[in-house]
Amino acid sequence: MTGSDDKSGRRGPLLVLPAAAYLMIFFVLPLIIVLVISFVERGRAGGVRSPLAPTIQYYIRLVDPLYVGIFFKSARIALLVTGVCVLLGYPLAVFIGRSPPRLRSPLLMLVMIPFWTNFLVRTYAMKQLLGAEGGINGLLLWLGLIHSPLSLIFNEFSVVLGLVYGYFPFAVLPMYASIEKFDLTLMEAASDLGANLRRAFLQVMLPLTFPGVLAAIVLVFVPVVGAFITPDIMGGGKVEMIGTLINRQFGVARNWPFGSAMSLALMVMVVAGVLYYLRSSEEKERPI
Amino acid sequence: MRATRGASLATGGLALRLGKATLALNAFALFAFLYVPILILIIFSFNDTRTVARLTGLSLEWYTKLIHNRDLLAAARNSLLIALSSTIVSTILGTLTALGMDRFRFRLRSAFDAVLYLPIVIPEIVMGISLLLFFNLAFFPVIELASGAKLTLGLPTILISHIAFNIPFVYVVVRARLVGFDRTMEEAARDLGANEWRTFWRVTFPILLPGILGGALLAFTLSLDDYLVTVFTAGTASPTMPLYIYSLVRKGVTPEINALSTVLLLASMGLVVLSLAAQRRE
Amino acid sequence: MSGGNAVELSGVTKIFGEVTALDNISLEIGDGEFFSLLGPSGCGKTTSLRLIAGFEMPTAGEVLIGGRAMGHIPPYQRPVNTVFQNYALFPHMTVHENVAFGLEMQHISRQDIRQQVGEALEMVRLPGMEKRRPKQLSGGQQQRVALARALVNRPKVLLLDEPLGALDLKLRKAMQLELKMLQDKVGITFIYVTHDQEEALTMSDRIAVMDHGLVLQVGTPHEIYERPATRFVADFIGETNLIPGEIVAINREVAEVELARGIRLKAPMVPGATVGRSVTLAVRPERISLAAAPGPEGMNLIEASVFEVVYNGATTSILLRLESGIVLTVRQPNIAFAVEPSDLREQRVRLVWPIEASSLFMEKTPVEQGKA
Repeated sequence: MTGSDDKSGRRGPLLVLPAAAYLMIFFVLPLIIVLVISFVERGRAGGVRSPLAPTIQYYIRLVDPLYVGIFFKSARIALLVTGVCVLLGYPLAVFIGRSPPRLRSPLLMLVMIPFWTNFLVRTYAMKQLLGAEGGINGLLLWLGLIHSPLSLIFNEFSVVLGLVYGYFPFAVLPMYASIEKFDLTLMEAASDLGANLRRAFLQVMLPLTFPGVLAAIVLVFVPVVGAFITPDIMGGGKVEMIGTLINRQFGVARNWPFGSAMSLALMVMVVAGVLYYLRSSEEKERPI
Repeated sequence: MRATRGASLATGGLALRLGKATLALNAFALFAFLYVPILILIIFSFNDTRTVARLTGLSLEWYTKLIHNRDLLAAARNSLLIALSSTIVSTILGTLTALGMDRFRFRLRSAFDAVLYLPIVIPEIVMGISLLLFFNLAFFPVIELASGAKLTLGLPTILISHIAFNIPFVYVVVRARLVGFDRTMEEAARDLGANEWRTFWRVTFPILLPGILGGALLAFTLSLDDYLVTVFTAGTASPTMPLYIYSLVRKGVTPEINALSTVLLLASMGLVVLSLAAQRRE
Repeated sequence: MSGGNAVELSGVTKIFGEVTALDNISLEIGDGEFFSLLGPSGCGKTTSLRLIAGFEMPTAGEVLIGGRAMGHIPPYQRPVNTVFQNYALFPHMTVHENVAFGLEMQHISRQDIRQQVGEALEMVRLPGMEKRRPKQLSGGQQQRVALARALVNRPKVLLLDEPLGALDLKLRKAMQLELKMLQDKVGITFIYVTHDQEEALTMSDRIAVMDHGLVLQVGTPHEIYERPATRFVADFIGETNLIPGEIVAINREVAEVELARGIRLKAPMVPGATVGRSVTLAVRPERISLAAAPGPEGMNLIEASVFEVVYNGATTSILLRLESGIVLTVRQPNIAFAVEPSDLREQRVRLVWPIEASSLFMEKTPVEQGKA
């Protein structure tokens, strides 16, 4: 019963008010400013022109094949990274979920530690491994398999590898949460009713653990599509993604309005994806 | 019929065993993928030369250098300061919000719910640039108009921004705890003579505490690790730890960074242990 | 009832949104009574309890405790305590802290608290458990702690919301007797919510049977079982054979009901019965006997064929079919069963029972119409 909920009708808003006011000023208002800035002309030395001069030129520029191409490339990389994380992470989550309870929490901890470890530190570890003087080249040189270092880093491959490395724990944890709740006797029931392992997985286990898979997809895709750190460090300026492109508008290019327009485009893309996820996860959960 | 059933079960058993082996192999490979880079990073932090390709000898040289690095210590101090204060503020605001949203129905409630989730969802870089624009084009000019003070980006603006992205995370964690909260606990307390104030402090708060601590720990870690929002709101002030590391990492690979990374790694492992201990205490 | 009313509900209605949980109910519960609210889930019994405790406020009507109107007095100022269905023990406190909670709220000295908590735990036979946490206790022990936590405050009325629901059958039976004896000892009014009719019959001084937010009957277990006021009560309490028919004759105190072509049964008259009305005749399985010869005057007699015999240990149930297709159950105690149950199968037998063991219910009584 929720009978004791809200007697005064004023206390709820009172509790929520401080955070609401804070986020209105320091989160919503800044986003509105981004929206406004994306529609005015830039100033000659950066910033915006004063007085404000309305324009939609930055949105027109956005559909230039150059920028559309970068958006598509970011989406492609994000899809690839998400796919790899989910396809490898699901079996890992199953493995942890099915291991004896005694081993389960240490194994889970092995996933948690990277999750809580500084993202920069981990990206740096990967950079070091792949670098010209890094562990892999060092090993190959020492073995005499190569005579000069291979260029493993500063390309799209190294960026994808870095992103998978960075976001893999984000995929495992929600899928593990779903799989842990999944009742394995349902698989036995399915096989008792004549389903082979493949069918039992596809028709029983996967649908019932799908909310975890969806959460994993969102948790990986959303940050990866707008990633900046990994493409910057692992791409060495040679792999352009939306994140690095936006960053440049606020750095060397000093084009705030164009950067704002790009940011909004990215945001719309991501929020649309999340809304789609919320809708489909609602549908998925209904029969359960 | 019965015979074929038996046969298919037998092959099922084989497939099951093969499946188990594959799962174990996959898990082993993935853990290696996750940990080999980290292990190598740690090993080379003890190298006695500047190279990170071959282990030439062991030394603690890079660690002693860390201790004497003034820039680094200043960055560490900034990071801790901001992480601690943003954690305290966001934990209080986030917890109050979770209570208000969970317990009460009011106008604009669902709209605000959406606003609360948005900072978690939108790309960090968008949040970073929006705050940069906000401070430069709205906040500072308004302050200057009102009080004549000329402000610039620096530690206070970093703090303001960290609180903004931390509130939703604390909110989500505490709210999840509230969903599992058995309201009859509160009814029992009121039934036994506790008014609402005492019910909250004697029953509600202690039961929520692990969730609040979990949210605080998450906020602390997020603040300590944040690079993107910080870099847009830091201006030319002395940097935080991630900003400092980033500048080093962009320059190249050195055993000093390895040593620093190892220290940070141990710190976050400590945090994991702490959070697990907190969970176990329940 | 001597000593006045411990609790009185007068014309209480409770509406949640579009659902009417209680529809203008009135109840008077005497001092020191063991009073049960019995009914299926959703009947409004728990809502009644929550109104008395003060967790809900009535939409209309009034709740009085000890003769005093409660109005909007919050739960923490009412002289009642509750034992919750899931016990609602505070997980972060020890047994001692749980039981002491209510006393602390009354600012009683530490020493007195220690003594009273000790006594309360002794009373529920849980001494020496003070330092344990609720999680370390079995379901039955948690139940006792919940009981001690409520009783230690010496409330005017103890409210119990299906407190035995989570226990297994054997423990539940034992606790039923223990609760009953405890109530005799402390002399506090118990208001007991349950959906288990057997439990209510075993423990209560009086029972209110509820359905769809209405009180259908209030009475002692004996009255409720022997003279159910409505068809629902007859069906809900214990097992009952329900035989449809039509009143064809009324002779003073007895109505004659025809089931089919010439087959008639008799039942005591009830107000409102008229010739030609469709009725249901109810009779308990244990009141029917198998007879070799027609019984004396004042008995009903009917023929039926046995189609199943079920041995239950203490009793044997015989399932029979009337010519009209209606299925009846007869229960015989296994004291000295003359015939082997298996011999009865497929036999045609005569059934007899006293006229006054039958009850009549009009099809579509006003009460039933009200709920439809």
